Amino acid sequence: MNGGKFMNKEHGVVVFGEQRNGKIQSVVYELLGKGRELADILETSLSCVVLAENIDNNLEELIFYGADYIYVIKSEELKYYQTESYTQGMYNAIKKLNPEICLFGATSIGRDLAPRLSARLKTGLTADCTCLEIGEDKGLWMTRPAFGGNLMATIICPDHRPQMATVRPSVMQKNEIDKSRKGEVINLKVDFDSRVNRTQVIEVVNEEKNKKPIEEAKILVAGGRGMTNKEDLKLLEELADSLEGQMAASRAVVDAGLMPHDVQVGQTGKTVRPDLYLAVGISGAIQHIAGMEDSEYIISINKDEEAPIFDNSDLGLVGDAKKVIPHLLFHINKAREEKKAL
Amino acid sequence: MDFQLTEQQKLLLQMYDEFGINEVKPIAAEIDEEERFPIETVEKMKKCGFLGIPISKEYGGEGADTLSYILAIETLAKYCATTSILLSAHTSLCCDPILKFGNDKQKEKFLKPLARGEKLGAFGLTEANAGTDASGQQTTAVKDGKNYILNGSKLFITNAGYADIYVIFAMTDRTKGTRGISAFIVEKETKGFKIGKKELKMGIRGSATCELIFENCIIPEEQLLGKEGKGFKVAMQTLDGGRIGVAAQALGIAQGALDETVQYVKARKQFNRSISKFQNTQFELAKMDTKIEAARMLVYKAASLKTQNLPFSKEAAHAKLFAAETAMEVTTKAVQLHGGYGYTREYPVERMMRDAKITEIYEGTSEVQKMVISAHLLK
Amino acid sequence: MKIIVCIKQVPDTSEVKLDPKTGTLIREGVPSIINPDDKSGLEAALKLKEEIGAEITVLTMGPPQAKAAIREALAMGADNGILLSDRKFAGADTLATSTTLSKALEKMEFDLIITGRQAIDGDTAQVGPQIAEHLDLPQVAYAIGINKTSNGLIVKRQFEDGYQMVKVETPCLITALSEMNQPRYMSVGKVVDAFNKEIKIWSMDDLELEIERAGLKGSPTKVKKSFTKGAKAAGKQFVLSPEESAICIVEKLKERFIL
Repeated sequence: MNGGKFMNKEHGVVVFGEQRNGKIQSVVYELLGKGRELADILETSLSCVVLAENIDNNLEELIFYGADYIYVIKSEELKYYQTESYTQGMYNAIKKLNPEICLFGATSIGRDLAPRLSARLKTGLTADCTCLEIGEDKGLWMTRPAFGGNLMATIICPDHRPQMATVRPSVMQKNEIDKSRKGEVINLKVDFDSRVNRTQVIEVVNEEKNKKPIEEAKILVAGGRGMTNKEDLKLLEELADSLEGQMAASRAVVDAGLMPHDVQVGQTGKTVRPDLYLAVGISGAIQHIAGMEDSEYIISINKDEEAPIFDNSDLGLVGDAKKVIPHLLFHINKAREEKKAL
Repeated sequence: MDFQLTEQQKLLLQMYDEFGINEVKPIAAEIDEEERFPIETVEKMKKCGFLGIPISKEYGGEGADTLSYILAIETLAKYCATTSILLSAHTSLCCDPILKFGNDKQKEKFLKPLARGEKLGAFGLTEANAGTDASGQQTTAVKDGKNYILNGSKLFITNAGYADIYVIFAMTDRTKGTRGISAFIVEKETKGFKIGKKELKMGIRGSATCELIFENCIIPEEQLLGKEGKGFKVAMQTLDGGRIGVAAQALGIAQGALDETVQYVKARKQFNRSISKFQNTQFELAKMDTKIEAARMLVYKAASLKTQNLPFSKEAAHAKLFAAETAMEVTTKAVQLHGGYGYTREYPVERMMRDAKITEIYEGTSEVQKMVISAHLLK
Repeated sequence: MKIIVCIKQVPDTSEVKLDPKTGTLIREGVPSIINPDDKSGLEAALKLKEEIGAEITVLTMGPPQAKAAIREALAMGADNGILLSDRKFAGADTLATSTTLSKALEKMEFDLIITGRQAIDGDTAQVGPQIAEHLDLPQVAYAIGINKTSNGLIVKRQFEDGYQMVKVETPCLITALSEMNQPRYMSVGKVVDAFNKEIKIWSMDDLELEIERAGLKGSPTKVKKSFTKGAKAAGKQFVLSPEESAICIVEKLKERFIL
């Protein structure tokens, strides 16, 4: 596996087919989309390796989305995700398939499994890639953010194989479904020792996402004076939900008794720095800016062209928020549907 | 002459600042508004060893030096002058005299719990008729067998009601003037010891400032602190040390006001630009910063001398006189630079200005400091 | 119980700013901190120490100034500190880093190794699991709770859509999330003690590590190039119809991977 630009024409690109409770995760389809592109450039095949206790689902979906081969490894040791059995399974698959490239979703499973596997294979792993390309040397160029997202780096793994990478969900695009595609589903036998897992899953709990304090939310939709009646705020709540974010408010809204003080952003409220701050109907008084100016990305909607909020925003839309939001809800839903369907 | 803090002091400063930002700053406005003693902060401070910083480990303290303690007073004051003074009164005015003048039994019984933060301390010297003229004590302590009977009242006592242990001064022999004053350790539970009226103040409104009333309180002779008749000396020497604490508080208030102002002027726009671009703003900030640094040098010097057990009375007076004046000046300018907003409670600088004033008055007025300094010069 | 906590000194990346003129990162003056996930791992160890008694050793690989991170850990309550420092370790990717750390860990006694899930500068989340592989230890990553039982540990392991309660035998490796707890402050007395303790410094010579496996030489991945995303351009302001405004926003959200 080490030391050489070894072009395996047979099984060049492999994607880890992460499943939970028998359901293949959406990131896998996205990886097959990118994997297909890479495999075509390298003139090789695209395989997907699925590990589970039992998986009766129509694995052909994976073929329709680009895979040539689906390798299935079944064992009761794979019932719940546990590091050691999954690592052994993937290790066996990779040893057999000898791929150039191996891709994983950067999920809480992928980021547990891929590093362990890379150490066992003594090869390089690049995490959270936002861009994957084949370079002139036929090697994989993996681009990823570092330094808390302030820096981008392009990483290569010239002398070790497979070149491993993890990719976050929603970064890559899955291809259009092609039901005419043909492929093979192959059962791969792996002998797992009953003691392969030195951990034991005692309990599995599925949970709803709870509301965090606004300082911890990654996405905030904040309402201001321009949105101060109950209907307006309902709109904002819908918007926050559609973005999987949380609501926040300027002082005017809190003083009017429409929202509690713990979601107030500003000098006498909280300081927040979410990935996205959507300021709706907020003028941008200095006391408010003090609480949100360090947000990663600020979008503002306000009727008044001169509103100071625009001086502190990355993207400003001049207009009546009450009119914009219904359109926004529609287009957000549309974008989500487009991603899911196909 | 090394003007750098040691690595240890720098690490302590980091801890103080983290604590200040996370625990003290968020409730500073609220405790001022509600005139509420921040008892919950005292609990948290105890866990981090704040309440025994300069006391040796032998007596239940943390074993750090005076400057390390002063840095804590300064840092807390940046965020909340009330929290700062409650610690200063506890440490400089209660722990310190027991450490200096107490016997082994007293240190065991009283200093250890204070240093460990299990008990809070206070100091009672001031009376209605004895402020700057501390010699006019009217509280009396009459010997009766193995006890003293304490009668009288004290005024403007910091930490009153929340403190468990009080260092109280009283007249044991009226005929001897200042040499008839003695110091006592009085516990909160003492029968006949009551907390009187609470002062409604301009600033440090969260600080518990109350009257203490003693009605035939029985104080065992084991709780006489130092020798009978030597109480005035205990008071004066204690206040010398306390002076550095108040100076550090004033320094912290000034620094806090400057930090807030720098942030504000960068953000505030008038005439199409940030007001930080105007030369007047820049020059005012420069003057404020210079004065603060000068005050800092005086405070740290006094602290350093005290650590080395060298005379520090004059230097402590320098520090308090100058730092208090600086605090008043810097906070006033800070409000001015904030403009109208600075006058409202939305911004902390109006509170800092109200808080600053007391530093020119308590633990020896600025006038007293001048008396101390000139006495040294003219002896 | 003997616990080793691996920590990393990192720049506080939330304080890093872009120089608007050159578009490069301004690194000077950025305070160094103990990586947040690691600090929570240390706090978990300190809680175990309070509950059942433990000896905690803090291990870090870094340049000489990483000593400050160890002092801070000692001031929080760790018992010992070891700094792995050598020019030969420089330029290491996660595999080389984990290999180097493992060689140091092989010299130490432990029942439990705790690492943070990921560092805020590298953001890879790889070193912890790789160490577990090198040392052939069972691993539980993404821990948001650790409890001791009569014959091992029970770890609350977080997933995006819930959690598992996982029993694991010792010795083992656990990676901690900062969500697990609120790390305690240093205490004054422990700061004083921290400066009275000797922090051991180990170099390449102290480890049984072949030079080809450390530093840049031991790194299968290499940085081909790095670049900033460009200085934050002054915001754009548009006057559009409500629908056009909505579309404009959605396009931007897609660009930023929010949709």
